[in-house]
Parts: sequence; structure tokens; C-alpha cells
Amino acid sequence: MNFSFPTFPEAQSKYAEQVDWLYAYLNAVTFFFTILVTVLIVVFVTKYKRKSQDDRVPWQHEGKWLEITGSVIPFFLAMVMFFWGAKLHFNNRIAPEDAMEILVTGKQWMWKVQHPNGKREINELHVPVNQPIKLTMTSEDVIHSFYIPNLRIKQDVLFGRYTRVWFEADKVGNSHLFCAEFCGTEHSAMVGTVYIMSESDYQAWLTGEGAMAGDSPVEAGEKLFSSLGCIGCHHNGTQPETPALQGPSLVGAFGREEEMNNGEKLIVDEDYLLESIVNPNAKIVKPYRENIMPTFKGQVTETQLMQLIEYIKSLKGGEQTAEQKTGAAGS
Amino acid sequence: MATATAEHHENYLTELKTIKSWLLTLDHKRVGLLYLFSIVFFFLIGGTAAALFRLDLATAEADVLSHETYNKLFTMHGVVMIFFFLVPSVPAVLGNFLLPLMLGAKDVAFPRLNLASWYIFMIGGTFTLVAVLMGGVDTGWTFYTPYSSTYANTNVIMAALGVFITGFSSILTGVNFVVTVHKMRCPGLTWFRLPLFVWSLYATSLIMVLGTPVLAITIFLLILERGLGIGVFDPKLGGDPVLFQHMFWFYSHPAVYIMILPGFGVISDVMACFSRKRVYGYEFVAMSSMAIAVIGFFVWGHHMFVSSQSIYAGMVFSFLTFLVGIPTAIKIFNWTATMFRGSVWLEAPMLYALGFIGLFLIGGLTGLYLSTMALDVHLHDTYFVVAHFHYVMVGGMMMAWLCGVHFWWPKMTGRLYSAYWSKMSAILVFAGFNFTFFPQFIMGYMGMPRRYHIYPKEFEVFHQMSTLGASIMGLGLLMALCYFTHSWFRGEKATQNPWYAFGLEWTHTQTPPITHNFEEDPVVTREAYDYEDESIYTNEDKARA
Repeated sequence: MNFSFPTFPEAQSKYAEQVDWLYAYLNAVTFFFTILVTVLIVVFVTKYKRKSQDDRVPWQHEGKWLEITGSVIPFFLAMVMFFWGAKLHFNNRIAPEDAMEILVTGKQWMWKVQHPNGKREINELHVPVNQPIKLTMTSEDVIHSFYIPNLRIKQDVLFGRYTRVWFEADKVGNSHLFCAEFCGTEHSAMVGTVYIMSESDYQAWLTGEGAMAGDSPVEAGEKLFSSLGCIGCHHNGTQPETPALQGPSLVGAFGREEEMNNGEKLIVDEDYLLESIVNPNAKIVKPYRENIMPTFKGQVTETQLMQLIEYIKSLKGGEQTAEQKTGAAGS
Repeated sequence: MATATAEHHENYLTELKTIKSWLLTLDHKRVGLLYLFSIVFFFLIGGTAAALFRLDLATAEADVLSHETYNKLFTMHGVVMIFFFLVPSVPAVLGNFLLPLMLGAKDVAFPRLNLASWYIFMIGGTFTLVAVLMGGVDTGWTFYTPYSSTYANTNVIMAALGVFITGFSSILTGVNFVVTVHKMRCPGLTWFRLPLFVWSLYATSLIMVLGTPVLAITIFLLILERGLGIGVFDPKLGGDPVLFQHMFWFYSHPAVYIMILPGFGVISDVMACFSRKRVYGYEFVAMSSMAIAVIGFFVWGHHMFVSSQSIYAGMVFSFLTFLVGIPTAIKIFNWTATMFRGSVWLEAPMLYALGFIGLFLIGGLTGLYLSTMALDVHLHDTYFVVAHFHYVMVGGMMMAWLCGVHFWWPKMTGRLYSAYWSKMSAILVFAGFNFTFFPQFIMGYMGMPRRYHIYPKEFEVFHQMSTLGASIMGLGLLMALCYFTHSWFRGEKATQNPWYAFGLEWTHTQTPPITHNFEEDPVVTREAYDYEDESIYTNEDKARA
């Protein structure tokens, strides 16, 4: 048997290495204070050991220096931790523009993954090295948490909303994939492997076995867009733009700022699209009316929802958008 | 001053001996003992659960237990240990016994309410045990929704009711203590002459009164959602699962301080007695308890950095969490400085107190890792967290509770225990504890998630160390159970003040105390921990020395 005794996880990204430096700083502070206090205890216990029960200790004057140094020094050391940790976390919260998007759905008790070309896998994640990867994630049931230890990233995954996490691995190799939030009986079996591969290996894997199995999320979403009848009310660039369309155009909708009927303004993102599909009356774009669109709650799976949203995201409109908007507003 | 006449007086244990006199007692000291026996019982249940799953975790595969049983066992361990051992441990046992004695009062402000608290506690405990007997619960002690409210197939409602009911016992004890401290102090006992144990109980009681109702509401909503399908937390019913986490941690983070502040009080009193010196920086130690109680209410979001909570909220919570570290650091430095130029006596209570300082220090410092956002993302829900809170809860509070029980045992029972075996036990518990939980920091950083029944092979060696350490710790604890049981029946009779300690409970009342505590109403004329006071050495105690 090959016995190994690792005590530290591999760091497979720049970010992971940065987290490790932060960890090293906290370790240094921890070791310093642990040793300091331990030494003091040992010294005091031996030096001031009670010789007899007749020993008396006179009342002693106490200065404030211990309280002052004992709070100021730890305060500064702690503030370094705070700023360092918050900055590192904050700077890495948003994926770069060119990140490749992979869809992840958690369910009791597996991770389902879908790549941009439509290739799917379960409890495995194949990704190319040196390429920013953005994961858009949701759950079909309870809360799960997507955790890749070697990349030092973790994000809870919830039903009814999208959470995101991104990374750019810089070392080829495998890492564990864990569900970190307790999710029921087989929680500890909701695990898998992340394969970080060279670009050429990844392409070979993508086009290899099983590659033709399905449509890409965008293609699948386009089919759903027709079969569910969305196309009857929402302009998607294929049908003529007429005022008869009862819903807002979706061409170029993603990322646009829209004003709602209640005056609120928001950016159309995945969460808004999701909400509008399952609960259409929640927030309606001005000047469209309530109770026109039926809910699709329960009629589409989480995966299909993601495909629809991917399709809507792919409808990039450019100038057409502005025209369409005026058209709609005039109706 | 009462002197060495203990042999000839009736005391609170001997005055009435019927079962009825115990079950209907209004004596705070007897209520304290009722709690002592009850929580030892719950501790043994929680400990047995831990022993079982710790054994199973010795190998990476499932050995003895099924997934379901494993999940139920860690849930039972968490629920029982937190709500039925740690929360009541020091306040309900030592607090009940000592608070009126330390204040020079005949009893707590509301003795009947005090007894009612114990009954409510036992009813809550019974519900939880019934839930276990009916087949158990598998949600984890955190009851996260929507798993607990919709998906779990176990006895969630029964167990949650147990926690809900027990909460009221906490609230009533808290109210009782707050009023007692305000109204029942004897003449001369000003706020800044109070023992630090009283300060810490006071801070704890405030948290209990302010925080526990929120837990009750949260659990109640959970029960409504599970029982009646009212959508509060389940997104499929229109609820928000993250709302549950906010509400749960709004109580459960302050509850961490309910579980540690009273321990601080015990350690302060013991450090002073066994260093024969006033606690260094008395005012700072007292005020740091209050500061922790207040700031502790504003840090709950640090449990939720990866929950999809806003990153800006996360930053505020991270910052506030670091602030709690400062008063905590102050306490550690002051306890250590208390020994400086003191007269240090290494009896079992002192060994436990020193063990507490070392373990709680590590527990506190590793809390900083989890307050640091980028590090917490990696460490959240791993064994690093498990190790951290066991260092605080077991290394801190359980050690403090044992420290307090060893310290006040002679006063409570009128008997001594074996000095040799108690020191052995303290050393075994300390060593076993570190063996159990230190390896968990390492595997936590390596990525080992918590609540995993089966796990990758590379973590096995760390789990084996943990299991071995837990056995050593278990041995130390069983040893303590043995010599305490022996002492209860056969132990050598204790003198009035066997540790030569300062404090009304030692100097102004016999061992064990009479039912109404004091022969004559005490008047305090000295500052707290005035170890120059010769009256702490009674003739009988001197003869023993």
C-alpha cells in the first residue's frame, strides 16, 4: 500500500496561493500568542509556586499598561487580518468578462454539470487550465454547497436563485469536489472530482466520448423557447416585431437596466429572468400588464430553466434593442 | 462570622431527606444540584453518541453505522450537548448554587420560578429524548431549512419542540438572575465588589433574556412550516431559506457567549484563589464580559459568508467579529498576569483553569481565521470549524465547568475528593482533548468537510488520531465520574474553606451551607478577592494546613 501523509492541500490557482499566504500570517500570529502565553504560564507556575499555606501575597498596584498594550497590539494584528481577508475576497468576487460559463445544478445527492457545448457530466467537472471559469449554480431541492478545496472556493447553492463562483486554475491535476452543506442521508456521497486539464486535453475530452449526446444549453433553450410558447409574446429576433407582442422583447434584454411598473429600476440578470419565469407578476417591466404571462413553475426543471436563461442571454441585440424598446413603449 | 461548627449543624442536604422535599424544593442550592444530576445525565447521552460516531469515523468507510444512523447521532450529539449541557452547565448548576451565596442573599429573587425553570428544562429534555426514541432526527443541531422543514423524514417537530420548550427555562433563569443581582446584594456589596463570576452570570443572563426569544420564534416558525406547510423558509412555498439562517444565528451566535461567559467567571474566581491574589485588572475583566455580551449580538452574519449573503454585509460582520476578539484577548492576558508574583497552588481546579486558558486561547485565535473572509470561504463547514468550536465549547466551557465543579464541590456536598485522581483526570482530559481536536485543524485546512460519514482515504490518519484522543478524554471524564461518586458517599468531610478562598460562600457560611445560607446576614467591607484578609483562614482550615 502506498502510504502518504499529506498535511497541506495542493494550491491549484493563484487565488489559492494568496489564501495560503493569508493563512500563513494567521498561523504566525496564533503560534506567537500560544507560545507566549504557554511560556508565561509555565514560568509563573514554577517561579511563584506556593511553598506553604502560610504564604501571603501583598496587595499589588496595577498599572494600565497591560490593558493598553493587550488591546492595541491585538487590534492592529486583527485589522490586518480583516483588511487582507476582506480585500482578497472582494477582489475575487466577480468573474472576468471572458470567463467560460459552466452550469451546475445540485440535487440530493449529486452535482450535475453542463458545459457550453452541451456536454454533461455528473459528479465530475472537467475544466481547462489557465482559463477563467464561471460557474452559475442552482439547486433542485435543499441547500448544497459547492466546494473545491484545492482552489479554496466554496459557495452555497440554493433552490430558486442563482449563485456564482469563479476560478482560474493554473496547475493541471485533480481536486476533490465536495458538498459542504449538510443535505441529508447521503451528504457524504455527494462528492466528485475536478479535473483540471491542459487546453488540448480539455478539447479532446469535450469532443470525445458522449460529446454528441445533447444540445448546448443555448440550443436546448431555443427549442424550449418555441415549445413552451414563449415565442408567442416575446420578440427573439426571428419573428416580426409587432405591437401585438404582449411581452417585452428579449433581444439584448440581458444586462439592460429596465424600469419596473412600480418605478423601481433594476438590471436584468439571471435571478430576475428566473423570477420572471416562475413568478411573472413579481416585477413587470414598464409598461406591460400583470396577469398576461402564466407561471412556468413546476413545468420546467432547474436544468431547463438554466437553458432558457442561457438562450435569453445569447440574444444580443445591439441597436435593434433601442428600436424595439421604442416600439414596445408606443404600443 | 460563622466558624468551624459544621458537624453539629443541620445543612441544606440533611435538613429534609424525602424525595418530595427535593422535587418541591425552593432552595436554590438544591435546584442547582437537580440541574447537576440532570445535565450529567444528558452529558452521558451526548457523549455516548459522540463515542459511537467517533468509532465509526476511525476508518474512511462506513463500518458500524448506516448513513442515517450516523446523521442522527451527530445531530443528537449537537442538540443534547448544546441545549441540554453547555447552555445550562455553569449558569444553572453553579450559578443557581452560588449566586445567592456570593451576594449574601437567602435565595434567588424568585425561588418558585427557579424550580419551574428546572421542570421546564426537564420537559424540554423529555421531548428531545422522545424524538430520539421515536427514531431520531437527522438535521444537524442547526436545523437548516428547507431540509429540516420539508425534506427530512425524521422527528424534526418533536426535537424542535424540545429545544423550544427548553428555551423558556433559559429565559426564566436569566430573568431571575438579573433581578437577583440587582436587588439581592447584601449591604456593602457594591457592583465593583462583586465576584467576577457574578459579573459573567449577569452578562450571560442578559443574553439569555434578549436572545432566546428569537430562537423560540425561529423554531416555532420552523414547526409551523413543517407541520402546516406555511411558507416562511422553504423557497418552494415562497419562503427564504437564508432568512432562517439569519434568525437562527441571531440567537445562536450570542448563545456561544451564553456558553462561554459563565466559564470566564469560574476561571476568574479560581485563578484568584489559587494565585492568592486579586484578578489582575478586575474592572477590565468585568467590563469585557459586558462588551462581549453587547458586541456578540452583532456578529451573527459571520456564519453566512458563503450563504449568498451580501458581500458588504459580510464585511461589516467580519469587522465586528474581530472587535469581539479584543475583550477576549484582554481576559486571557489578565488571567495569566494574575499569577504574576502570586502564590500558585496546583490543585485540580487550578489545573483545569490553566488547561482552560491554553485551550480557549487556541479556540479564540482560530476564531480569527473564520472571521477572515477569504479564509472562511475555504474553511467554512470543514473540520477546521469543528475543531475551533470544540476548542471553545469543550476546551473552554466544559473545562471551565469541570474546574468550577472541582472548586465548589466541597462546598456543595461537604466532602473532598481524591487530590491524586482529580489531577490525573485533569491531565488526561487536557491531553486527550488536544489529541482529539488538534488534528482536525489540519484536516480542516486540507478540505475535509464536516458531517461526512464516509470520506477520502487521505484523512483517515487524522481521524484515527481523533478517535484515539477521544478515548483518552473519555477515560479522564469517566475517572472524574468515579471519584466524584465515591466522594459523594464516602469522601472525607470538607472544612469550611478548604481552598482558603475569598468570598462570602467560603468565609461566611458553613460547609455545606444551611438552608437559608447564612446564620447572620453578611455585610461586605472589603474589595473583591482581598486575599490579604486573614478571615479566610478559619482555625479548622489552619489546622488542616
